[in-house]
Amino acid sequence: MLDRSYFDKADEFIADHGKDKKSLIPIMQDIQAQYRYIPPELLSYVAKKIGVTEAKAYSVATFYENFSFDQKGKYVIKVCDGTACHVRKGTLILERLYKELGLSDGKKTTDDMLFTVETVSCLGACGLAPVMTVNDVVHPSMTPEKVSETIKKLKEDEA
Amino acid sequence: MEYMTIDGIKVPIEDEKNILSLIRKAGIDIPTFCYHSDLSIYGACRMCMVEDDRGRMFASCSEQPRAGMIIHTNTKKLQKYRRLIIELLLSRHCRDCTTCTKNGMCELQSLAYRVGVHSVRFDNKQDPLPIDMSSNCIVRDPNKCILCGDCVRTCSENQGIGAIDFAHRGSKMQISPAFGKNLCDTDCVGCGQCAVVCPTAAISVRTNVTEVWDAIEDPNKRVVAQIAPAVRVAVGDKFSLPKGENAMGKLVKALRIMGFDEVYDTNFGADLTVMEEAAEFADRLKSGEKLPLFTSCCPGWVKFCENKYPEFAQNVSTCRSPMSMFSPVIKEYFAKKDKEEGKQTYIVAIMPCTAKKDEILRPDNHTGGRQDTDIVITTQEIIRMIKQVGIKFETLPSEACDMPFSMASGGASIFGITGGVTEAVLRYLSPDKDHTTIENIKYSGIRGKEGFKHATVTIGDRNVRIAVVHGLKNASDLLEDIKAGRAEYDFVEVMACRRGCILGGGQPVPMGPKTRKARMDGIYEVDQLSSIRYTDENPLISQIWEDLIKGREHELLHRNL
Repeated sequence: MLDRSYFDKADEFIADHGKDKKSLIPIMQDIQAQYRYIPPELLSYVAKKIGVTEAKAYSVATFYENFSFDQKGKYVIKVCDGTACHVRKGTLILERLYKELGLSDGKKTTDDMLFTVETVSCLGACGLAPVMTVNDVVHPSMTPEKVSETIKKLKEDEA
Repeated sequence: MEYMTIDGIKVPIEDEKNILSLIRKAGIDIPTFCYHSDLSIYGACRMCMVEDDRGRMFASCSEQPRAGMIIHTNTKKLQKYRRLIIELLLSRHCRDCTTCTKNGMCELQSLAYRVGVHSVRFDNKQDPLPIDMSSNCIVRDPNKCILCGDCVRTCSENQGIGAIDFAHRGSKMQISPAFGKNLCDTDCVGCGQCAVVCPTAAISVRTNVTEVWDAIEDPNKRVVAQIAPAVRVAVGDKFSLPKGENAMGKLVKALRIMGFDEVYDTNFGADLTVMEEAAEFADRLKSGEKLPLFTSCCPGWVKFCENKYPEFAQNVSTCRSPMSMFSPVIKEYFAKKDKEEGKQTYIVAIMPCTAKKDEILRPDNHTGGRQDTDIVITTQEIIRMIKQVGIKFETLPSEACDMPFSMASGGASIFGITGGVTEAVLRYLSPDKDHTTIENIKYSGIRGKEGFKHATVTIGDRNVRIAVVHGLKNASDLLEDIKAGRAEYDFVEVMACRRGCILGGGQPVPMGPKTRKARMDGIYEVDQLSSIRYTDENPLISQIWEDLIKGREHELLHRNL
């Protein structure tokens, strides 16, 4: 069961955007911004409050790649897999990240809840390819070596 | 008058909302998966594509007719497109047609044949998805889904429930309850309207045919059938009888051939319901408490009310449905004989309804912990059983039901249609029992296909305000109005399925406008041909009441809440 504070927070977001069907996406965005994921119970709660069926809310949430029902790590790393990054060996960046953090296509978040690795279709910074972001900070012209350094540094900061 | 040209035929444009309706009016059966005239237009299946005189192609369901338009529905290009669409749909569809419940009735199967797809070039690369058998009424097999969305729109637009919706995206897309839950964990009421519109077997009705054959085979079981009012006007559909024809006599004969020991008419149960519900209504009118009184015959509605409007649950009549009143009475009737013969009475209810499959399992419908109706099969299932035996249904002679439950009033027979319960109750409550009364009630405004009907009728010295709704979305709208104080009623009849049980989730499909009208007329004809129109004139009821029910009304006829 989710802590009471989550529902209070959701109530705030609902109040901000209005008890209306069309508020669904803005509310989901706020929840995601707050908790870095959408707790499923909270989505059901919001849906009921604003008069959307649970199935419809789930439909919207699963349509957009950006919404996640899984809890994310402290550092969310997004690796660009757009055309420009792809041809400049973006895949190697991803592979190195997976190797460093022990992650895979099926496992996106480390057990200590520090890192989440995702791919995105384009970050809009093709001139800096291959590119990745760590919590929205852009890391341009990446190489596998630079990936290892970045991860090492982040781990040191945490220790 | 304005015209457009379809395949060289000049077709007048009247009030058609889309070209598709015009094409069908011109006598061309253009194929569709996702188009249903009483649902919103979705335009997903692309089967209704047409080509205009400039070679432009578009979906005719989502295009308005314009004067002077020239379109073709069957060019070489369109044929090729339709074949490709079907081929692609089949590429990720379970292709075990021979063992599929929809075999022979599947729209995908028949269209594949019709457009000439004889092989599929693509292998099905999709891993099999789990089949959802959690509901007592409905089975969901996502491997057979073509994503036409008919079920989604029916559930939300007509029924106001929205238990299922599209989930995920692209090649991962499927129809699913929220968070991939099982159907039994949603607000699904089991009305089966999703199965009615599903072109494939992605959503089908749970079948209990095997249990019935097992019971018939068991020498220790006295197998008793009771047949709901709406079944008789639909069962003939699949045996080339005219649509809407009352095939009760043939059905009774068929059941006897199949080995049923006793065959009864649920209309007898409906007469019991009329008496109990009318009494309850009179009581509530007197005390002024828990008004409006909502009818309780429809299990889909009862569940809907509990799920979404629990605050109105106490307004729902405590009466059981006709089926659930009748079964305990039958069991009481045979109790002594069963003991003597060492037998067990096993009641098979033949219903137009899928939600009834769930109703019989509800403890509040049980008598002293005993499940009264043992199994529910739908009209479709009894059709399948008749076909299994190989009975030539259309040539059967007609026979009557068994005594002592073979007589019912005309009022009971119209329970299968929207407004029927109300009409029967009003007839019963009316002090004058003559033809004028029948006519007055008939024209009071409670008959007809409108989703929401209301009437004011005088009973004694009181004006009684009545509402009749069918389709749960209409019920939902009405409840919102009552909640907000915008409407006030004394008696409200609700049926989950549009037009009532005649279009129930267990009835044979297709159920187009002609079938709807024929079934409606068929039901009213049963009433008109009854020599007894009023429940209180049924001589068998008073006898049974005296012998079996008296003093035990609450135990046998009401829900134990």
